[in-house]
Amino acid sequence: MLKKTALNAAHHALNARMVDFGGWEMPVNYGSQIDEHHAVRCDAGMFDVSHMAVVDAQGAGTRDFLRYALANNVDKLQDGGRALYSCMLRENGGVIDDLIVYFINETFFRLIINAATAEKDIAWLEQLRNSHSPHLSLTRRADLSMLAVQGPHAATKLWRAFPSIEKASSLISFSSIFDGDCFVARTGYTGEDGFEVIAPHQTIVDLWQKLLQAQVKPCGLGARDTLRLEAGMALYGQEMDETITPLEAGLAWTVDLKSARDFVGKAVLLTFKPTYRLVGLSLLDSGGVLRAHQIVRSGASYDGEITSGTFSPTLNRSIALARVPVAVADNDIVHVVIRNKTLAARVVKPPFVRHGKIIIDL
Amino acid sequence: MSQIPNDLKYTDSHEWARVEQNGNISVGITDHAQAALGDLVFIELPEVGRALTDKEACAVIESVKAASDIYAPLAGTVVEVNDTVRGAPETINQDAYEAWLFKIKPVDAKAIDGLLDAAAYEAMIGEE
Repeated sequence: MLKKTALNAAHHALNARMVDFGGWEMPVNYGSQIDEHHAVRCDAGMFDVSHMAVVDAQGAGTRDFLRYALANNVDKLQDGGRALYSCMLRENGGVIDDLIVYFINETFFRLIINAATAEKDIAWLEQLRNSHSPHLSLTRRADLSMLAVQGPHAATKLWRAFPSIEKASSLISFSSIFDGDCFVARTGYTGEDGFEVIAPHQTIVDLWQKLLQAQVKPCGLGARDTLRLEAGMALYGQEMDETITPLEAGLAWTVDLKSARDFVGKAVLLTFKPTYRLVGLSLLDSGGVLRAHQIVRSGASYDGEITSGTFSPTLNRSIALARVPVAVADNDIVHVVIRNKTLAARVVKPPFVRHGKIIIDL
Repeated sequence: MSQIPNDLKYTDSHEWARVEQNGNISVGITDHAQAALGDLVFIELPEVGRALTDKEACAVIESVKAASDIYAPLAGTVVEVNDTVRGAPETINQDAYEAWLFKIKPVDAKAIDGLLDAAAYEAMIGEE
């Protein structure tokens, strides 16, 4: 039996194509995922992301606990409401999950973790909590839904639909604010301006209807994936998992190895020598679409592999993220085997697209 | 609900087949198939002159999401491919029965009778 979000009926009412995503029945598209993609790049789209888990860490010493539990350093969060992207690691440096942590106040941090990994993440956090900070509470907020509103017109359309949270209009990127029981953050997973609203189920269902009236386009997981790929953002289970360290997943920038603090996985990462790095690929030849698990040949003594590949609606060509030998340089031409053909691709530095603009050389 | 025209024949792998006036068979993918695949972005078609066996994988269609093989609904020789569709795969999403992919001169003109009719195909996709 698939789990359903509070917006499930709203998706069916729009004839969404529904799929099993990590045990949740979620919309993959509402017709054309390419149209949905363009709506987010050029106007505004909304995504039901209520399958993701909200975990509130509360109590004295929450910052100390997260300083140890996360690979990025929560000491970067000094102003109330600020957000930080981080990996959570095993002792061996493998990635348990990637997450966003919001600093509400010294006794309250909010974590947003992936749906498919939520149970193991919470079990891991509870185990760490029990041994390091037994007085902290970790609460999974099953009473809340989450809606992402993304695109250059997301702000104006969101305020029009929901004037009561207009004080969030002054939010800077990667920050958040509480308005009663409604939490609004200027974050997202598309490479565009946008917001994520976390609120009680009925509030989100009402907001969805108001945003529909404001011509915000409903977007499914299909568009979410092409948007994040163009934005060069990693997806758990594709770019990284428990067998990959963040240093080989293009996430070294999220790991703080400079400060004196200890964190889970640090000892291994300090001496870890990457043999792979994560790059972008832009397909030069026609003949197919780059897909995860295709082999990348570069002339190095070992092969690379595509971790995520798709057709990019913005670039109108196939693009990918790939883990390749560290010797492979940006702008190198590599070869990908698709069916029986060997096709040339250019190595580029992600992201491919930011704020509606193509930022790689085609 | 997806469209399933009564005058066509169907396969369990979601191709449709239409008998043309000269006896050749036009082949495409069904409306149900295009909706399941999503936005189509790439098509690889067989070469004209290629001899196909029944149910042989002979073309590839890729959506944003995934790649899928297209199978010959019956044995025959490829006599024509649709270059317009090759250059604009999205036309299949717009009208799956207008956008034929290739035409086959069948080895056995009666082989088409062995394919599913509209009612049988509708029953099959209803069970999926």
